Amino acid sequence: MRNLAHLLETRQVSSREIVEHYLGEIKQQEPDLNAFITVDDVGALAQADAADMRRSQGNPLSPWDGIPIAVKDNISTKGLKTTCASRFLSNYKPLFDASVVRSLRDAGMPILGKTNLDEFAMGSSTEYSAYGVARNPHDRTRVSGGSSGGSAAAVAAGEAPWSLGTDTGGSIRQPASFCGVVGLKPTYGWVSRYGVVALAPSLDQVGPMARTVEDAAILFSLLAGPDPKDATSADARNFEVPFWDDQFVKDLKIGVPEEFFGEGLHPDVEKAVRRSLRTLEGQGATLVPISLATNDYAIDTYLTLVTAEASSSLARYDGVRYGERVHAADSNTMFSKSRAAGFGPEVKRRIMLGTYVLSASHYEAYYEQAQRVRTLIKLDVLDAFKQVDVIITPTTPTTAFTIGAKRNPLEMYLSDLFTAMANLSGIPALSVPCGTDPKGLPIGLQIMGSHFREELLFKVGYVVERSAAR
Amino acid sequence: MTRYDTVIGLEIHVALLTQSKFLCSCRASFGAPPNSQCCPVCLGLPGTLPLINEKAVEYATKAGLALKCNINHYSRFDRKNYFYPDLPKAFQITQDAFPLCNDGYLEYYVDDQLVRTAITRIHLEEEAGKLIHSGESIVASEYSLVDYNRAGIPLIEIVTAPDIHQPKQARLFLEQLRLLMSYIGVSDTKMEEGSLRCDANISLKPSGSPVLGTKVEIKNLNSFRALEKALEYEEIRQSQVLDSGAKVRQESRTWDDRAGKTVSMRSKGDAPDYRIFPEPDLPPLNLDPVWVELIAASIPELPLERLNRLEGEYGLSRYEATFLVNYPDFGELFLELADSGLDCKTVVNFLMGDYARLAREKGHLDSERIAGLFQILDERLISQTQAKEVLDALFSSPQTAREIVKDKGMEVVGDPERLRPIVHQVLEANPQLVERFKLGETKLHGFFVGQVMRATQGKADPEAVNALLQEELVN
Repeated sequence: MRNLAHLLETRQVSSREIVEHYLGEIKQQEPDLNAFITVDDVGALAQADAADMRRSQGNPLSPWDGIPIAVKDNISTKGLKTTCASRFLSNYKPLFDASVVRSLRDAGMPILGKTNLDEFAMGSSTEYSAYGVARNPHDRTRVSGGSSGGSAAAVAAGEAPWSLGTDTGGSIRQPASFCGVVGLKPTYGWVSRYGVVALAPSLDQVGPMARTVEDAAILFSLLAGPDPKDATSADARNFEVPFWDDQFVKDLKIGVPEEFFGEGLHPDVEKAVRRSLRTLEGQGATLVPISLATNDYAIDTYLTLVTAEASSSLARYDGVRYGERVHAADSNTMFSKSRAAGFGPEVKRRIMLGTYVLSASHYEAYYEQAQRVRTLIKLDVLDAFKQVDVIITPTTPTTAFTIGAKRNPLEMYLSDLFTAMANLSGIPALSVPCGTDPKGLPIGLQIMGSHFREELLFKVGYVVERSAAR
Repeated sequence: MTRYDTVIGLEIHVALLTQSKFLCSCRASFGAPPNSQCCPVCLGLPGTLPLINEKAVEYATKAGLALKCNINHYSRFDRKNYFYPDLPKAFQITQDAFPLCNDGYLEYYVDDQLVRTAITRIHLEEEAGKLIHSGESIVASEYSLVDYNRAGIPLIEIVTAPDIHQPKQARLFLEQLRLLMSYIGVSDTKMEEGSLRCDANISLKPSGSPVLGTKVEIKNLNSFRALEKALEYEEIRQSQVLDSGAKVRQESRTWDDRAGKTVSMRSKGDAPDYRIFPEPDLPPLNLDPVWVELIAASIPELPLERLNRLEGEYGLSRYEATFLVNYPDFGELFLELADSGLDCKTVVNFLMGDYARLAREKGHLDSERIAGLFQILDERLISQTQAKEVLDALFSSPQTAREIVKDKGMEVVGDPERLRPIVHQVLEANPQLVERFKLGETKLHGFFVGQVMRATQGKADPEAVNALLQEELVN
């Protein structure tokens, strides 16, 4: 991205040319890839021309002025459809920009369009999108992952230089891993959620997806910071892109939790991750075997909380103001019929589960219990960071699976096996490509750090990235 | 009725009089054109997030302190989930497990007896929108319109203990509560505009029994009168049910004001499960004790304190003091006038008399202009009768009482040298009557006074005229 910025700065290329290039890629690949739900060529070109104008007047908004981006379709863009891949919002045009979109616009970045996802970000493959699956650029019979599958696929396929995703239980990192791109789930609270359509507010975070660790860090530096519109936003400083060097690895203690290398992990994935670990060790890092025993409960806890919060967050889609209203004699019937018609199967499943776990007679056994376990998980994680600087695990147990392969929802839920822990404990986690399997499918490695240690994650990721390239 | 003890508890919603709404910065005023005071946040548009209005917390804290509650330095917001077309997010942000205030009380008079009702809790929550039905009700309507101006206005819900034992007491409690809220300035408490709403729970138990009976919730109580009437109705209905050997059903009933009775809405089994859980979009509320102290220091004299002071320090009767407490504008005026040295009884009689009638029509006068009226009365510049005319004029002109009197030429003529010729005239014009008076018909005195008053267009000081007549006729 620094190269692109340099070319723009030295006027060797215009923003219009860059945007036209990506729009060309989109036009060519989309019929097959389906990474986008909405492409805003008119808007992107107009924003590109405005950027070029600023450059010619010597007033660029930022070094990245004129470099376009793709935005996941559950992040509000003023006047540009934001569907959440749901029929309920098929025609919804927000009246306002999400704070993160505001940040992109303030940096002068044209928005190419809105990327595909599982409906309301519920899923791990984009197969639950009301607008069809986003395919994996490395093998189009396979899924791109989810829920930010469109954002990952668009970057991997060269349809966009970078993109925004959202991550509630792994929704940035898992598709990043499947598509061979870099994705960060930031510390909870460091990036504003204002304007991001809620799935589970206590877990949701927006994060960058990019081709390189450095690009992801640059994009993150534009997103991170306090937002007065988000009461859960952390009172944290802005983020500055680190200085890249390998020397710090010498003093690094890397935690390797045995629980993440056990049953269910595909040998190809394990091999690639272990190879990266050995490289880091070779550069002087210390590998520390650790235990994160509470991860056994992560998926159950995650599902309980995510479905509970989702059942409430999505209640407003009731046919009164959103979606097709199914007329009925009384309002309760109207609500249930409209919701039955408007939501896809996974959303319904989670709303039903969430309604159940919050119901008066089960609240204590499920929701309250899950909150307690969440606290234990957080303590477990924080405890680990007393011994080590970062924790490295595979991002996902397998590489990208075939479209239609996971018919059983429980199987799909296991996609978050290694990623949900970071959301539950609020810590940052970065997925970086670390190799491919024999079929050429990308493998991702996850680096977790304690709260607000993103800088360290990027620096370790940078080393992993370079070793994988060799 | 003596076979049963009545047990009543109230749940009162008070709309807080903040400039902006509870969770966004929209204006919170009443009566604006429909849907002119809303924004993405109070419309619950996807992706929007709530932000707490500090003023709402301040007002709720103030209400809690005025009701002698513990102010919890830790409280938390929750989501109460239910579907209704006026609820933008399909959940209400409220406080369930950790309310802002606990364990207070309110004292008030019932038939000269000071009683105390315990307040169990007070919590903050957001108001829903307003439905305007094309027909009688949502079920009987072809369509309903939604006005979101009201959505997101801050409310406090005040819950009493089941401490109230008669319908009249419930009304008196609510009246006192309303007064308290207006004293501390947190709400305009208009039942007709919905800024004060009350639901009542009522149960009956055999006299003296420690075990509570089955309670019934009554909704749609839109006036103080409705509250009392509905509870009276329900007292009789439940006692009849119990007399017949049947059991009272736990249910919600609505008050039908026209029919004068309560009607069953839904039974306990149909009660919705609100699936309440902590609001993930809002961090818990942690109040700074110093801030709470500041709020406490800002609380003015409360109604009961004022009542005691008016009786004790100013020597007013319960009736007078109650009037001044119930109409705090009159109360303030009274205190200003009385504290300026005027006689308390004179002032209160004046305020409760003609002044009250005029002030209700035309608004209050400055205390200084009223004091001016008292001043010229004291100087005997005008008569009591004339004072009424001056008072009228004070309400319609910006002049002082003295100026009015001067302009209208109303000064009382008390100077004997100016009055003597007029007295002579009157006596000379009625020689026979003077003769009859001298023969002992003393009641004619009044006639002569009247004639002098007539001749002076009422300006003569009656006492001076009396003295002159006495002088002329007797001597």
